[in-house]
Amino acid sequence: MLITLQNLFKTYRMGDNVVHALDDVSLTIAAGDFVAIMGASGSGKSTLLNILGCLDTPTAGTYLLDGVQVSNMSRAKLARIRNQKLGFVFQNFNLLARTSALENVELPTFYNGYMSGSQRRKRAAEMLDRVGLGNRHEHTPAQLSGGQQQRVAIARALMNNPPVILADEPTGNLDTRSSAEIMELFARLNQEGITIVMVTHEEDIAACAKRKVMMRDGQVVGAPQTGNPAP
Amino acid sequence: MNLWMILKVALRAIARNKTRSLLTALGIIVGIAAVIAVVAIGQGASTMMMSQINSMGNNLIMVFPGSRNQGGVHSGSGGSQTLSAEDGEAVARDLQHLVRAVTPIVRSGGQAIYQENNWSTQIQGVSLDFLEVRNWEMESGTFFTAADQRAGSRVCVIGHTVADNLFPYDDPTGKSLRIRNMPFKVLGVLTSKGSNSMGSDQDDTIIAPYTTVRRVLQNSVFNNVNMLLISLYSLDDIPAAKTEIASLLRQRHKLNARTDDDFNLLDMTEITNTIGSITKLMSILLTAVASISLLVGGIGIMNIMLVSVTERTREIGLRMAIGATPSDILLQFITEAMALSTVGGLIGVAIGVAGAQTVGKLQQWPILITESSVIVAFLFSAAIGVFFGFYPALRASRLNPIDCLRYE
Repeated sequence: MLITLQNLFKTYRMGDNVVHALDDVSLTIAAGDFVAIMGASGSGKSTLLNILGCLDTPTAGTYLLDGVQVSNMSRAKLARIRNQKLGFVFQNFNLLARTSALENVELPTFYNGYMSGSQRRKRAAEMLDRVGLGNRHEHTPAQLSGGQQQRVAIARALMNNPPVILADEPTGNLDTRSSAEIMELFARLNQEGITIVMVTHEEDIAACAKRKVMMRDGQVVGAPQTGNPAP
Repeated sequence: MNLWMILKVALRAIARNKTRSLLTALGIIVGIAAVIAVVAIGQGASTMMMSQINSMGNNLIMVFPGSRNQGGVHSGSGGSQTLSAEDGEAVARDLQHLVRAVTPIVRSGGQAIYQENNWSTQIQGVSLDFLEVRNWEMESGTFFTAADQRAGSRVCVIGHTVADNLFPYDDPTGKSLRIRNMPFKVLGVLTSKGSNSMGSDQDDTIIAPYTTVRRVLQNSVFNNVNMLLISLYSLDDIPAAKTEIASLLRQRHKLNARTDDDFNLLDMTEITNTIGSITKLMSILLTAVASISLLVGGIGIMNIMLVSVTERTREIGLRMAIGATPSDILLQFITEAMALSTVGGLIGVAIGVAGAQTVGKLQQWPILITESSVIVAFLFSAAIGVFFGFYPALRASRLNPIDCLRYE
């Protein structure tokens, strides 16, 4: 299993109130899967994605990512895991303004010392070609459409060749056509072997995934097709 | 993330907000420029004063006649007539280990005349060692000889100002000028020394054997001189030499233990120290003003870095999400602050150097820009960036990536 969550809790204390953002969540995701996490706002799907993305740590429970126990790592170690194992795609793209597409894509390699400048540029150019932006290397985000910006963000997520891409409402800011194109791209990347975990609240977008995980009140309420037991 | 890439990212962030970066760096620019200019002008001025002092001669001690005490009545300073040329010879002879050369000075003055030209000047009677004591050379002709000194011959050498005024067209050497109607043969002309630290023209003088001046011009039967000029081998010997000269002169003047000195010793270190302490005080004051400017500049950098951290919260979140560790973020913002202050420091150095040179040209004031002052200013500006950039950078590094990515 690429991702294994066991009895995960995330608890916030607000004065006397105790809020269980995640309430005993167990979930496994195999390599090559394409999962859509769905749920109403406040259902805990964003918290789950943050923990999956190693941006947050659970209050209790274990999280094995690619065989590594990451539930209680330090901030610096989590940063390395994010850099090596995960690619992020956001609703609002989060590209650096006034910076070319190529340089935006190069960014993740700044935080590991493996590549020389020319290797980095070559790899970034390849990634842009892979998402269909071979002719837009020097464009800044302001010169690109929303769909193109999201492609740059996906190219950036692919830069360190991670096994998993985490997408948070990737089509939330896009029109229907661009959304369809992005989902096609995700489907293709998934076919190429990349595991994709996507949070969305749109049924038609979730339909592009191989399976859906429904969240309600911090609990997974159904995980069809893999038979992952809901608590 | 290697250092070169961090620097590149920092410089790009600075270049992105050019006006703001310039205004932020202004405090540093002004402070560094002020320090550079003040140091350059101050060091130039003190170097000039020191060279003027040195032009009077090497490691000089001056001995003046002191007050005379006769039956409890003190005369004014200079009243004593006991200081003689022989005292000078004794100093040269007995204190050879310290003293390089000694000359007595016997002063007179008068109108010097050559053909239709005349010029009022001072006449100094000196000994053969005069040139060595004063560190002076002949431009043309020769100095007088031991025979001239013994005989009290009417010979002289003249300073440049006198030569220019009495002999505008002729070569003075070999000519005869008249002082108080007595002819003096000009043996040569001294090189030009310019004005001394008190501003008087050192070239406006006629030099003759002291024997001649005393006999012919002062009509004096006494043996006293106006001053002894003593040149030492080393500046460091001045305190020791003063003690030994004083005790030798006391012994020669037969002063007992209860009697005060009938001479005064003065050396250049006192004047040098006074000038030094004035320039030092000036430097301290101006450095204090510059430091305040640098402090204000540093606070300006801290302020703008805090604004920058807030503005770029989303960028920080993104960088953390794709793998930046807290220390990567810390380093990035410190580098940015340091680059900002260092660029400011470089501009400040340039303005300071240009400013000092302009002042130097306009005021005919010597300036001295030392490498060390430039390097220190540069390093100091970098240090300001690190110091004032640390807190904003620390705040950035402690941000939570989830909050950052949601930040609007």
